[in-house]
Amino acid sequence: MRHTLAVLVENTPGVLARVAGLFSRRGFNIDSLAVGRTENPDLSRMTIVVEGDDRILEQVTKQLYKLIDVIKISDITADEYVDRELVLIKVSSDPAHRGEIIQVADIFRARIVDLGRKTITLECTGNDGKINAFEESLRPYGIKELVRTGKIAVLRGLKYTNLESGTDLSSNKTENV
Amino acid sequence: MKKSGEVQKSGDVNMSGAKILVQCLKDQGVDTIFGYPGGQVIPIYDALYDSDIKHILTRHEQGAAHAADGYARASGKVGVCLATSGPGATNLVTGIANAYMDSVPMVAITGQVPTALLGRDTFQEVDITGITLPVTKHNYMVKDISELARTIREAFHIASTGRPGPVLVDIPSDVSRSAGDYDISDDAMSLPGYRPVLEGTEEQLNRAVAAILESERPVIYSGGGIVNAGAHEELKQLAEMLVAPVASTLMGMGGFPGDHPLFLGMLGMHGSKYANYAICECDLIIALGARFSDRVTGKVDEFAPHARIIHVDIDPAEISKNVRVNIPIPGDVKTVLQQLLPRLAAKLPGAWQDRIAAWKKEYPINYEENGTLKPQQVIRGIYNATGGRARITTEVGQHQMWTAHYYTFTRPRTFITSGGLGTMGYGFPAAIGVQAACPDETVFDIAGDGSIQMNIQELATAVNYELPVNVAILNNGFLGMVRQWQELFWNRRYSNTELFNPDFVKVAEAYGAEGIRVDKYTQLAPALEQAIASSKPVMIDFVIEREENVLPMVPPGGTLNNMLG
Ligand SMILES: Cc1cc2nc3c(=O)[nH]c(=O)nc-3n(C[C@H](O)[C@H](O)[C@H](O)COP(=O)(O)OP(=O)(O)OC[C@H]3O[C@@H](n4cnc5c(N)ncnc54)[C@H](O)[C@@H]3O)c2cc1C
Ligand SMILES: Cc1ncc(C[n+]2csc(CCOP(=O)(O)OP(=O)(O)O)c2C)c(N)n1
Repeated sequence: MRHTLAVLVENTPGVLARVAGLFSRRGFNIDSLAVGRTENPDLSRMTIVVEGDDRILEQVTKQLYKLIDVIKISDITADEYVDRELVLIKVSSDPAHRGEIIQVADIFRARIVDLGRKTITLECTGNDGKINAFEESLRPYGIKELVRTGKIAVLRGLKYTNLESGTDLSSNKTENV
Repeated sequence: MKKSGEVQKSGDVNMSGAKILVQCLKDQGVDTIFGYPGGQVIPIYDALYDSDIKHILTRHEQGAAHAADGYARASGKVGVCLATSGPGATNLVTGIANAYMDSVPMVAITGQVPTALLGRDTFQEVDITGITLPVTKHNYMVKDISELARTIREAFHIASTGRPGPVLVDIPSDVSRSAGDYDISDDAMSLPGYRPVLEGTEEQLNRAVAAILESERPVIYSGGGIVNAGAHEELKQLAEMLVAPVASTLMGMGGFPGDHPLFLGMLGMHGSKYANYAICECDLIIALGARFSDRVTGKVDEFAPHARIIHVDIDPAEISKNVRVNIPIPGDVKTVLQQLLPRLAAKLPGAWQDRIAAWKKEYPINYEENGTLKPQQVIRGIYNATGGRARITTEVGQHQMWTAHYYTFTRPRTFITSGGLGTMGYGFPAAIGVQAACPDETVFDIAGDGSIQMNIQELATAVNYELPVNVAILNNGFLGMVRQWQELFWNRRYSNTELFNPDFVKVAEAYGAEGIRVDKYTQLAPALEQAIASSKPVMIDFVIEREENVLPMVPPGGTLNNMLG
């Protein structure tokens, strides 16, 4: 199963290398990882999508907690949350297909961000499913280049994953069997 | 605790980064450091020149790291090593990894090229924080002198609390040369993500108590965490209260008295049969500060098939990592045992204890005498000559296992060995560190003829600083442990395991140490007496039976109830 982790880290130079190194060293699979500064400039927020069963997730979480720079981890998979990812796709567009491509873009509420003689570049935001569908719809025209940001997410309503509140996967909560 | 950035102006003193570093080390209670100079640490060495911190110059940076490790394990304090950038720093890496695997509190300080030259493949530049990322508890590069004091404070705090481990601090030489303010009254740290859990919760404790009361066949599986926590008294109380047998890991030896009737010796690959049988048959394992290493569990799916498991460990990530446990108690094992003991009532011995006594009688750890000098005799000889009170380090191999079996350890921090990384070349420099921490005690490195040659240059250090460590080489002319595997599992094809050795007596003498050769049992006791009485380092070359095996043994990947020998 896929889990979405909101990970609050100190904004230090090595932190990304520490997290990425941990995943590769311990053989955990990252689906995506997006990182950026938060409302507090000393802190960064990583949104990490990991694939694995509960046991793997438990190890991922505990190992992440051992990193001194990691302050807080929330598994928001089961919560109500809004997630977004942005994709930039450059497709080849001979004049004959340009209209169709623009129609696809309309359907997905994507924007045209660059127009060349032989290519169109589109920007689209949405959740995983939408981005995948968008990509599939453009594939027949010939995708020349594609970049995704990886998913970012926040909880809905009055729930937070920041320092003061939220569902902390506190390091001493161990699953029992 | 104050927040970072809040500088207290009163008491500020302006001094060089190197002096700030040395002052911080003193503030942390450091009296001895082990190191080796070079270009990027000359400023630090200059500051040490005027300081009352004792610096021990080893002959290789690996020796410095292991000596700091040995010092830490013997004393319980943080061990400190220092090296220059580039090759100095990379030479520390094995020692840092060794300390990481065995959870040893250590601060390693490395010089680095000046900040302006970073990232340009400058002469003797290596990315040592990158290299040591997977083998340190945490590491730092100090790019600004204003961060130096706080970083050193944090490094010591992280190294010595929670699950201990090595922390590396990389200091570019412009930082140690430049001047900055130092405020001795400032104790600020900024570690919002570091909160070791010490106590068990009410619910966890209650579940543990219930499981213990229900159990008819309990076994305590004790590890290095007992030694680290100083929980040996509590462990003894628990065992005696429950009349529960105690099986120790290699790292836990000394955490429970080796001469206690409830002691089962070591468990695992080279454990005793009775310890392993007890694990296979028990209905409850109380795991205390032990990490279910593969050397202990054997085939992990068939480990302790009838047992529920209570696991107390300060590192939550160790709980259910290798073996799924039923009752997890993340916390400091001394604290948790203090919480548990008052909730338990004494139990009486019964059929389980009888069964264990029968196993002990039927499958004792022993060896055959045949007229040649046997390694087991040498270890017993050292035990007798030291009254069991010496600090013992080992290298890695057969001699290490024989030491675990035949030297009866009764006090914590007296058996100091490389368990997790299994580093040949560890024992001798570690013994130097141990002797520096315990100047009035007898220290022995029990070595193999292979391992000793990995850091034999440290004879110069021992002689130079008048650290009278004793080295007992169990000389079988082989890389014995590998030869044993070749004999048992590879048709006796002894590929590259037979050794050509120097004359160890002459080597010792060339360095200004004493050398003694022993090849008969009758020479054993007099030689040991001479070594212990000597005020110099002594190297004894024990010429032993060449093809003795460490038995019993669980074949790799096997289960604990199928032991050879
Ligand atoms: C040739 C060779 C053969 C070996 N054969 C064997 C063998 O047969 N049997 C064997 O046991 N080992 C053997 N070993 C050693 C083995 O590799 C491991 O090093 C050892 O088993 C680990 O011991 P441990 O579980 O006590 O953990 P350690 O590595 O000592 O770790 C300590 C554990 O305690 C925890 N801890 C630390 N402080 C505290 C605290 N204050 N409170 C609570 N918990 C704490 C830590 O988080 C960690 O989980 C062998 C090694 C070599 C080199
Ligand atoms: C640095 C290092 N290299 C290789 C090994 C693999 N190894 C484990 S035991 C051993 C043999 C050790 O021989 P010796 O020191 O003579 O001890 P003995 O087993 O004969 O007692 C070797 C090569 C190791 N543990 N460490």
